[in-house]
Amino acid sequence: MTEPQETYQTDAVIIGAGPTGLFSVFELGLNDIKCAVVDILDKPGGQCGELYPEKPIYDIPAVPMCTGAELTERLLEQIKPFAPTFHLGQMAESLIKLPEGKWRLTTDTGAVIESRLVVIAAGGGSFTPKRPPIKDIEQYEGKSVFYSVRKKDKFRGKNIVIAGGGDSALDWALNLQSIAKRITLVHRRDEFRAAPDSVGKMRALVAEGKMDLKIANFAEVKGEQGQVRSVTLVDDAKNAVDIPCDAILAFYGLTMKLGPVANFGIALQDNLIPVNTADFETSVPTVFAVGDINTYPGKMKLILSGFHEAALMAKKAFTYIHPDRRYRFQYTTSSSDIKGKLGVDKNVTQDHK
Amino acid sequence: MKVYLTDMEGKEHELEATEDWTLMEIIREGGVPILAQCGGSCACATCHVYVDPAWKSKLPEPNEEEVGMLDGAFDVTPDSRLACQIVFTKDLDGLRVKLATGSV
Repeated sequence: MTEPQETYQTDAVIIGAGPTGLFSVFELGLNDIKCAVVDILDKPGGQCGELYPEKPIYDIPAVPMCTGAELTERLLEQIKPFAPTFHLGQMAESLIKLPEGKWRLTTDTGAVIESRLVVIAAGGGSFTPKRPPIKDIEQYEGKSVFYSVRKKDKFRGKNIVIAGGGDSALDWALNLQSIAKRITLVHRRDEFRAAPDSVGKMRALVAEGKMDLKIANFAEVKGEQGQVRSVTLVDDAKNAVDIPCDAILAFYGLTMKLGPVANFGIALQDNLIPVNTADFETSVPTVFAVGDINTYPGKMKLILSGFHEAALMAKKAFTYIHPDRRYRFQYTTSSSDIKGKLGVDKNVTQDHK
Repeated sequence: MKVYLTDMEGKEHELEATEDWTLMEIIREGGVPILAQCGGSCACATCHVYVDPAWKSKLPEPNEEEVGMLDGAFDVTPDSRLACQIVFTKDLDGLRVKLATGSV
């Protein structure tokens, strides 16, 4: 963890910027509850943005078809009036209860968010890089095996093995080419799913003898005290070859892991968070769980379930944030109060009726 | 109809197979843990299996999307497939597969 940054104050902190987390901002906003949203990815959308931005979704009520990216865009537009603060590219790392009853959430980049309520909308968990299933790879991670590049300079003058066949692998192979001693790109097949331009540039460098390309799988990493010395590659014909190297960059995409949420002191069941279906509160009062991460009898992991859960969660949240006020059930079509919050023109809405 | 699935520990499971279901769904319904994080939309490579070579000819070839998605799997071999992309048909009764790295 880095040095603590400034502390943000809000009513509710939402962990997860997927569709359910974003719609939670809307439902909480209608109930005059301000939100901060934390997500490990550097953009909102969750699985919709990361796993299937281009894939069509057909079961959003009244939207016959939209892609994951479109759904995210529309949700962002819908929650705009409530101006949530986004804390992206950071993982919710710890949650502690302060003496005055507030929650303090700290992220892995050192951001601190204090709030009365916590809404866990973390889906399948935090997106984290897939780690190659190589024996003892943990001992090299962060020292000479990396899944992202934070400081380019770290790779100056090094022999680097870059694994993967997508844009991340190709982009970094090209980007580090000028400062590395030698780059060896390793991919399981001689086809790449990266931008054609990048693939063309890479092939040209290989043809000129300025970069090596190996069609093989990782089998073993050799080294000592966190410093890799070589990798063993094995091709489909089971031929093994050792490539000396100083650093490995592996880009196999992301996978979801529950992560630190497991240590928040909330009851878990098979890595899911049990909730009651009246208000989607967890075993800990003022901590809610909505969307794919929760479980209850009859649960269906659908985006629309998350939307429904967000509405009921927000109703209970209102009683915590505004204990002095009576909860008022209102329709967005008729409530001038809600229209005011959304900043919509009353006349336009009435014509629409 | 049956599918014979070998898990990561080498234990074999006899699974009841249903026509038109995907192999991923058959495995999940059979109670054998399989990650299948994206839920079957060929977007995550966490339902990676090895198809018994004797059965490979009975399966349609993987499409480009599946082959591409296998780039995000580990220990990929010529027998590698994504279980969510194999649709079960009568011809596949008795299919033998093995769970692969990254699917549990």
